[in-house]
Amino acid sequence: MNDIATPVAAPNGDLLSKFDPLIQTRETLLASGIEDPFNLVMEKVLSPTKAICNGRETILLGTYNYMGMTFDPDVLDAGKQALADFGAGTTGSRVLNGTYQGHKECEDALREFYDMDHAMVFSTGYQANLGIISTIAGKGDYIVLDIDSHASIYDGCAMGRAEVVPFKHNDIEAMEKRLRRIPEGAGKLVVLEGVYSMLGDVAPLKEMIAIAKKYGAMVLVDEAHSMGFIGENGRGVSEEQGVIDDVDFIIGTFSKSVGTVGGFCVSNHPKFDILRLVCRPYVFTASLPPSVVATAATSIRKLQHGANKRAHLWENSKRLHKGLTDLGFQLGTSEPQSAIVAVIMPDLERGAMMWEGLLKEGLYVNLARPPATPANMTLLRCSLCADHSVEEVEAVLGMFERAGKAVGVID
Amino acid sequence: MTEAEVDERIRGLIEPFNKKGIDIAPGTTFANDLEFDSLTVMDFVAEIEDEFDIIISMNQQADIENYGQLVSAVHKLQDS
Repeated sequence: MNDIATPVAAPNGDLLSKFDPLIQTRETLLASGIEDPFNLVMEKVLSPTKAICNGRETILLGTYNYMGMTFDPDVLDAGKQALADFGAGTTGSRVLNGTYQGHKECEDALREFYDMDHAMVFSTGYQANLGIISTIAGKGDYIVLDIDSHASIYDGCAMGRAEVVPFKHNDIEAMEKRLRRIPEGAGKLVVLEGVYSMLGDVAPLKEMIAIAKKYGAMVLVDEAHSMGFIGENGRGVSEEQGVIDDVDFIIGTFSKSVGTVGGFCVSNHPKFDILRLVCRPYVFTASLPPSVVATAATSIRKLQHGANKRAHLWENSKRLHKGLTDLGFQLGTSEPQSAIVAVIMPDLERGAMMWEGLLKEGLYVNLARPPATPANMTLLRCSLCADHSVEEVEAVLGMFERAGKAVGVID
Repeated sequence: MTEAEVDERIRGLIEPFNKKGIDIAPGTTFANDLEFDSLTVMDFVAEIEDEFDIIISMNQQADIENYGQLVSAVHKLQDS
């Protein structure tokens, strides 16, 4: 029951002709004179919240740079030092010549941050999900997951060849029904996210994890969009809801709050370390460059003491959410639940026009469209940064008001 | 449950999803004839799963393109 219509057979054997409908959609959109939303170039980056795009100074409101660590002076110093001391890259796999002192220190920082026994660093967040899920859930096992899960989760499921059983977004009862129907004796993994990045809503992890445990399932939670920000120590939604001890595997990324690139898994499972030898996306790729793990480790340690920044980020999220609601925009959540505020557009055409209008005002947000979005929605996704000032958030609201009225999304 | 009984129950379930009132035959495809998008597929599959108390995993869904294949797959699943 594939939802993609069967493509017309390629007359000349061109394997790329299956993308013709997408090429057509894109050309139609660009023919209307709209700037290509998926081809923006940041000519210069001035700070975590400002860049030059198309020659214009632009407020960045769609970068997931939640804690503004990309230009933190301590983080930059650590990176420069590692670059000088250890070189530009490792040229090797973690299990061969690619584990440097910095990789161990980065994993130490993660173990301390999460207060867990084991940490494993991957070259990207995508690979962390791909690697862990495909390695622990194989043929004959069952993965029960939220239908709105990230692409890296679905790809991990497909790679491991487990039976994949999705349930309706954040629907506790639908999840339980599926767990109950899994054949006796089969291995079970429940995969959840703390914050879902499209609408910025939070999962009812407390209830869901209790049910998963009742049915004997292991639990993996992707906390990519909550690390450093949600929970008393910034460990994520599972910490906030008091169930982090029942999570078997937490997946995270360095490309959001941590401010660089890379992914990880932390766990208390006593056999966790064997995964280093059997997890293909960990083994068969080069490890992160020394400068990257040095910046990540420094950033993670600073995030442990980021309570003031976290408080300001919440204020920003609430201010933007309330301002946009008051202007008459339809948002992904009725209350602010995370640092993501998703503005729902009536359709792709007006979404793209609005995106362009905002860019010309000097504001960058993410344009998210099907199939990446739930319910085929077109979204203008805003992600706030702890470094956004109150004045910047107010300026953003002014830009949304002008662009929204010009495009006719609000009255 | 016989395959005919399974067929009858699925026919009842598919009705609210068959917005254009297409005639359902074994060869009727979900993507092309019924124009189901991914959301509709999810809701429709959930209805069938609840009705028959079965799981139709995404792996199994990938092999089901038309109505006849669905009836036959559900018949096998609820029997096992």
